[in-house]
Amino acid sequence: MPLIEFTDKGLYCRRGQFYIDPWQPVDKAIITHAHSDHARSGNKYYLCHHFTKPLLQLRLGDNIYESVDWNEPVYMNGVKVSLHPAGHIIGSAQIRIEYAGEVWVASGDYKTEDDGLSGAFEAVQCNNFITESTFGLPIYKWKKQAVIFDDIKNWVASNVSHGKKSVLIAYSLGKAQRVLKPLVETGLPVYVHGAVWNVHQALVNSGWKLPAVKRVEVDTPKEKLQGSIIIAPPSADGTPWMKRFYPYSVGTCSGWMQVRGNARRRNTDAGFALSDHADWEGLLKAVKATGAEKVFATHGFQSVFSRYLTENGIEAGEVKTAFVGEEEDNKEDEIKEAGLKPREINPEN
Amino acid sequence: MEQFAQLVNILGTSTKTNDKLEALQNYFATATAKDKIWVIAIFSGRRPKRIVNATLLQTWCMEITGLTPWLFEECYHTVGDLGETISLLLPEPADEYLQDFHHSLTWFLEKFISIQKEDEAIRKKFILDSWQQLNRLEKFVFNKLITGNFRIGVSQTMMVNALSKTTHISPSVIAHRISGNWDPVTTEFDNLLNQTDVSADYSKPYPFYLAYAIEDDLKGLEDIHDWQAEWKWDGIRGQIIKRNNELFVWSRGEELMTDKFPEYNSFVEKLPNATVIDGEIISLALPAASGIFKPLPFSALQTRIGRKNITKKQLTEAPVGFIAYDLLEYNGIDMREKPLTERRTILEKIVNDLADPAIHLSPVIEVANWDELRQLRIASRDIGSEGIMLKRKNSIYQVGRKRGDWWKWKIDPLTIDAVMIYAQKGHGRRSNLYTDYTFAVKDGDKLVSFTKAYSGLTDKEFAQVDSFVKRNSIEKFGPVRTVKPELVFEIAFEGIAASNRHKSGVALRFPRMSRWRHDKKPEDINTLDDLKELLNTYNQQGKQ
Repeated sequence: MPLIEFTDKGLYCRRGQFYIDPWQPVDKAIITHAHSDHARSGNKYYLCHHFTKPLLQLRLGDNIYESVDWNEPVYMNGVKVSLHPAGHIIGSAQIRIEYAGEVWVASGDYKTEDDGLSGAFEAVQCNNFITESTFGLPIYKWKKQAVIFDDIKNWVASNVSHGKKSVLIAYSLGKAQRVLKPLVETGLPVYVHGAVWNVHQALVNSGWKLPAVKRVEVDTPKEKLQGSIIIAPPSADGTPWMKRFYPYSVGTCSGWMQVRGNARRRNTDAGFALSDHADWEGLLKAVKATGAEKVFATHGFQSVFSRYLTENGIEAGEVKTAFVGEEEDNKEDEIKEAGLKPREINPEN
Repeated sequence: MEQFAQLVNILGTSTKTNDKLEALQNYFATATAKDKIWVIAIFSGRRPKRIVNATLLQTWCMEITGLTPWLFEECYHTVGDLGETISLLLPEPADEYLQDFHHSLTWFLEKFISIQKEDEAIRKKFILDSWQQLNRLEKFVFNKLITGNFRIGVSQTMMVNALSKTTHISPSVIAHRISGNWDPVTTEFDNLLNQTDVSADYSKPYPFYLAYAIEDDLKGLEDIHDWQAEWKWDGIRGQIIKRNNELFVWSRGEELMTDKFPEYNSFVEKLPNATVIDGEIISLALPAASGIFKPLPFSALQTRIGRKNITKKQLTEAPVGFIAYDLLEYNGIDMREKPLTERRTILEKIVNDLADPAIHLSPVIEVANWDELRQLRIASRDIGSEGIMLKRKNSIYQVGRKRGDWWKWKIDPLTIDAVMIYAQKGHGRRSNLYTDYTFAVKDGDKLVSFTKAYSGLTDKEFAQVDSFVKRNSIEKFGPVRTVKPELVFEIAFEGIAASNRHKSGVALRFPRMSRWRHDKKPEDINTLDDLKELLNTYNQQGKQ
């Protein structure tokens, strides 16, 4: 019996009696990171990294949470479990599982470029590596973060010269914090949507030093918003909430923006291919660095990626997720945000 | 090139017409005269001949990147545009190149022309060198210049408007001046836009006047005696021009098609010089002695276009005629400002004098009141027409699609309920979304595919169908998915003809999804017999 099985509820370790990022309520869940397609409600027990815990509390309410530091082993039914930085968002972890000399690593979502906020991705040696493959196609080749930040700043400057506000669409957890640095450097006031504000506060309250932002309130006077930058989650894009910013230009931060058709379909004015996932080269590098004998690809282009690995001498298979039958599309973004709706997204906040 | 690449970027990504217009104006205000000429040429479909085909571009890209064909295909299907796929796959240039590789748009296009006839090795070297030195955006534009069809969200009208704003010449004049036969290599910007008469290029057609579909039934049209009613024919709108004792045939797509229709050759002798006639290029059954013509389905005309050499067989099976609508130039005088009745009177005389079996006047429908016309319209299909055109008798001949004086009043389309069985990803804005579908009707227990359709759904509906496809794929053949036959759509189309190229034996004209029949199950769809019945009723003497 393999140490990890792929079940209807998600990745399951029978020996250790726990699941990783389960899709349905279970007794014991190890959570890679706080995005809602990985951290679901209803589990009796949650294990995560210290940084993730306040985010789970914010999003899932009161539960039994246990948190650990990087590479701090926990034994579950004799199975050794440890968490290692995945570089995806704050607190995001790869899960290392060891039993009787056999090592499995479940990557969760990850990226190989250090964004200065989410921790640097750590290559963990293992026998079996379960890797994400959201962007597992060679067309996905990210520009360096610094270059994209310059693009964003130029876009903001161009908006200012046209008398427009800049509305930047970014996930409330992850991308929204990541883009703060270049935005603050413009010297313009930065406003955020309520969903972004809640995450921001939770992070600040747990000790993160993030630049100050203002929340867009129902009664924020229009004059105050003049010449400002607004960060909003994808779910706010195109809603009446946006009207108050007129005239404005919309920029979207997402790996999907790499392809022009996606940007046009989104009806966004500017697309920035800024992603918290590894690109093609990043995935290949990560897979090789683990030294794994067997690789399982999940999410996105898993069939392409696993076929490519197989053809290049690395034994690989694909794992389907409960979320989308085939390629994770833009809709995945929506699902992520939609999952938060009841708690966080109130169009008037 | 950098400046043009920026322009293309704004045109391709901007969501607001005003921003695009501003970018174009900006370009026309700052670019060199030569680059401007090329931009006009490219956006009006006058590209240099392609120097290599798409397959070679793809092969060379695979050589450089070391990608296998299947992986390249996966990328292409996700991106939906070959030029863009290649630009994303190729490595970015090393920094030292970016310093000193700044060639103008003109330089590239003239290079295309100069190496067109060179050996493949030379053309390959030029392309590979350019790839190595252009950045991602420029590479995309470069590839688009090679592969053609520059469909990036800018219409010719928009370009004309931008030119009008920068040059202060009216849009209709510009539209005329940039039409016809001119060569971007030898044409100067100022000469093109400031020419004083049509003699500069005597083949030049006039911009077509197009009609919108009628709204609210016939409300606001008032007295029927102010209107001229004609049948609407389904061919290719065209202009026949005789100037300097030479004949030119232009399609509405501004394609010079003179050589394709030998039937028109006799016009050179018989038409008065300096005459321009607007009408429909259409496949017609040889007229009986009565002189009443009978159109063949559009599919017959299709056998005649897009071919270099026309065989005798094609000439007999799909003879092409011309239905004359309007007179735009007479004795070298631009007639477009004269009222329709005046133009029509002269047109009738010209066509009658010609007395040629290949040209017919578009018959005027004589009725006493609107109700009578309404009745006639319902029977349009019986005579091979797709409805009625209404033209105000005192209307001038305008430029482009305009409301008010001319209306088209088409008959309701034919419809059939069908189930979706295959899906494929779309292109451009729809890349990576399953938006191209194949539909089937029932034939006993089997399903028989009979048409594809890509349009008619809202973006939201496309997203829903896309998600269905991704969850209900049965098999994958290259880019095509077989899907569970479950979703039922009403397919609307304008005509039906027999065809031996399709399993079902029929070919549809303008098929699209008119409704998503959530209320119907796959077992409720139409049958192959229903289709055949439509074919028997409406296949206007199709002979293929």
